[in-house]
Amino acid sequence: MSDAKDSVLEKIERKSGRAVPVDGDDIDTDRIIPARFMKCITFEGLEEHVFEDVRTGPDGQPLGHPFDDPRYQGAKVLLVDRNFGCGSSREHAPQSIQRWGIEALVGESFAEIFFGNCTTLGMPAVTVSKEDLARLKELVKSEPRAEVIVDLEEMAVICRDQRFPARMPDSARKTLTEGTWDATRTLLVAASAIRSTAERLPYVTGFGEAAR
Amino acid sequence: MGRSLFDKVWDLHTVRELDSGQTQLFIGLHLIHEVTSPQAFQMLREAGLKVLYPNRTFATVDHIVPTDDLARPLKDDLAEKMLEALDANCREFAIPFFGVGTANQGIVHVIGPELGLTQPGMTIACGDSHTSTHGAFGAIAFGIGTSQVRDVLATQTMALGRPKVRRVRVTGKLGGGVYAKDVTLHVIRRLGVNGGVGYAYEYAGDVIQNMSMEERLTVCNMAIEGGARVGYINPDETTFAYLKGRAHSPSGEAWDKAVAWWKSIASDADARFDDDVELAGAEIAPTVTWGINPGQALGVDEKLPRPEELPDEERATAREAFEFMDLTPGAPIAGTPIDVAFIGSCTNSRISDLREAARVVKGRSVKSGVRALVVPGSRAVKNAAEAEGLHEIFRAAGFDWREPGCSMCLAMNPDKLRGREICASSSNRNFKGRQGSPTGRTLLMSPAMVAAAAVSGKVTDVREML
Repeated sequence: MSDAKDSVLEKIERKSGRAVPVDGDDIDTDRIIPARFMKCITFEGLEEHVFEDVRTGPDGQPLGHPFDDPRYQGAKVLLVDRNFGCGSSREHAPQSIQRWGIEALVGESFAEIFFGNCTTLGMPAVTVSKEDLARLKELVKSEPRAEVIVDLEEMAVICRDQRFPARMPDSARKTLTEGTWDATRTLLVAASAIRSTAERLPYVTGFGEAAR
Repeated sequence: MGRSLFDKVWDLHTVRELDSGQTQLFIGLHLIHEVTSPQAFQMLREAGLKVLYPNRTFATVDHIVPTDDLARPLKDDLAEKMLEALDANCREFAIPFFGVGTANQGIVHVIGPELGLTQPGMTIACGDSHTSTHGAFGAIAFGIGTSQVRDVLATQTMALGRPKVRRVRVTGKLGGGVYAKDVTLHVIRRLGVNGGVGYAYEYAGDVIQNMSMEERLTVCNMAIEGGARVGYINPDETTFAYLKGRAHSPSGEAWDKAVAWWKSIASDADARFDDDVELAGAEIAPTVTWGINPGQALGVDEKLPRPEELPDEERATAREAFEFMDLTPGAPIAGTPIDVAFIGSCTNSRISDLREAARVVKGRSVKSGVRALVVPGSRAVKNAAEAEGLHEIFRAAGFDWREPGCSMCLAMNPDKLRGREICASSSNRNFKGRQGSPTGRTLLMSPAMVAAAAVSGKVTDVREML
């Protein structure tokens, strides 16, 4: 595994594939992965339970969720609405989405912790305007086999020759395109600056009582 | 132009600006628990990394602990495995650990303040969105994902974009029977569940300044429910009085130096904010949520909205909420029957919460057919409550008196709603399925309001019972 640590991360300039729309504002991380599936010590297998309680009813009946729709199987781009991923900070949520096969998200807006978790996993989450999102969904719903391209160089989402301007905080975009989205290596480099920052914090040095 | 506490603390903890434009931020206090840490330790091991400052991380167990029978091994094999994993990880990496049944165990956001670990001017991170709670002390505290837990363990730093700062002033005075929970629900109702995305909230104004530390913790706890990852309150004499003499608080000469420093990091009188909002305390009523996100809330004396009368962007979620909650648009929220009453969670499980609830319960009984439980936030809260006899008041009324933990807030332990049960809850989230039954329903409110609902069997204005 130490080889993996030294390998350079993928420079993520674009992601593309078929898309799956999941409609609804304020979809929280409890809905993405219910808490009972966090009783685990690895992230393995979480994809089996992504959106479980809105995919399967109390008696085991399928509820017709897009993740079970044959037309959307194999999708790599997830289309969502406003404030997607609100609530709990659980990384289990983007992990379960990524492990299901999603490589990029397009939405009207994302909750902050969820967005940060997606970025750290190398799964870009870009926003487009409400109007563009509606058109994009229309395109995908009418032609589920259409390819959707999330382009971080051009900052655009492209589908069937239509191009929608996309947004993402520039810092997150840079970590993805420059291949520094998993920050550990970048952070480790600053060992001496970390030490000197700690040494200037009064509470770290015991408010001058460190020698006591 | 003066600087805000946020600016001062952020700048002081900045290790460096990264090429991406993010900041590498030093984390002064790192708290971990059993649910979001095991994968982080595994990643450390796989990368051959160590914990850089093991004395700046503290661990406890809260999410999956049962609140009835603490005998080991736990009956739930998966829960037992998670406890064992955290115990083993803390031993391997020399991290202090407050395990099940020990004196300092409790909900991570209850024990941090209680032990004096949480202090003004710190940056605090934890793999838990309610880490904003600690901002009550004038700390910059926020929830992080598991990969970031790994980063903090390995480097005591993390990469983060700098948010803007919005001051939220709550002015004037609160009426009787109106609590910190009502204030924080009201702020979310007014500013929206995503109104705070990209912001840190500085809570200010007379209402906030006149609050006790425990009330301030309740306010900051739910910053994240309004979309703000960080919520904080400037430290003052109330803060210092709370901290004095706590296990990890500075003492002796260090205490005076600490207080002087804590005062210096408070927002300047002429601090600049990116946004400024004012809300009147007098307008806040005991507040109850009726829907499936914490912004779908109203005063207990109000009627439920009609989706067609709501702003366009709220209608779809409101319709979804009415369908899920099975409530009637236009009907009063007061009188809504409940099946379960839950007093607990990192929002409202501290001693003052239990005292206020007990005041309502005393001399009354839980309505027949209602399942009611009190889950103290920590071992210390439980002991303090028992020393005052609060447990006897709750038990005499028909409440279960439990062991400390997160319990039915997120139902990762055996405390769960069943089927379509509807729960009056002092917790922080009314998301679909949050309390353990995919079809279960949650009404968020203050602990005193939960107590009132428990004894009357329906949503009740606590002001009529005080």
